[in-house]
Amino acid sequence: MAGTEKVAMICTKGTLDWAYPPFILGSTAVALGKEVSMFFTFYGLNLLLKDTSKLRVSPAGNPAMPMKMPYGPDWLRKIDWAPKLPNIFMNNMPGFEWAASKMMLQSTKNHGVASIEELRAMCQEFDVKILACQMTVELFGYEQSDFIDGVEFVGAATFFDEAGDASNTMTLYL
Amino acid sequence: MADFDQELDASGLNCPLPILRTKKTINTMDAGQVLRVVATDPGSVKDIEAFCNQTGNELISSGEEGGKFVFMIKKS
Repeated sequence: MAGTEKVAMICTKGTLDWAYPPFILGSTAVALGKEVSMFFTFYGLNLLLKDTSKLRVSPAGNPAMPMKMPYGPDWLRKIDWAPKLPNIFMNNMPGFEWAASKMMLQSTKNHGVASIEELRAMCQEFDVKILACQMTVELFGYEQSDFIDGVEFVGAATFFDEAGDASNTMTLYL
Repeated sequence: MADFDQELDASGLNCPLPILRTKKTINTMDAGQVLRVVATDPGSVKDIEAFCNQTGNELISSGEEGGKFVFMIKKS
């Protein structure tokens, strides 16, 4: 770790849960004095949209995700409902994903975890370079105006140019 | 006379907010000034140490007071 001057991240996931690792690591690395660039591609583009209210987490097909109530008395909050609810139920129950997303947001508030917007704003304030893959912007039918200000629209070659020399760059694929 | 120049209360905040707030506060301070950080996140004990290692600011002390973690950091 010591001696690493730059951190280059490839961010490919666009769900509410996976929105956290890139922005936590990016903001922390830059706070520690690294030069950070984050390249968002495929579903990772969701994390750069002006409107983050549509980010969702789905318990369906996500067996590692604990499901605990963010409300109520302690004994109730400790129960993990995930192994108790069959996947077929989660897949077919209308509104389940919406409810799970609301509960995750409530849990982040309960535990003093920053919001995605706050971490993202912190990255920008500390001058993290934010790159979006132009090809996937077009592939998924987005307009550049759908994204927050300060994003550079680039291609894969720019990522490698940013990542530069492996002797002083740490590259993370998320 | 207080033995610190600025104080940051990061109580109730979770990773990575104590570090980010510390960084923001240190940015506004002058070299040689001391920042006192109060936090409740148990992860902050090692994280503040790592922050100081990485940024070259000096961790003067790290301890517990009244169930909270208290750090004194001297800006380099």
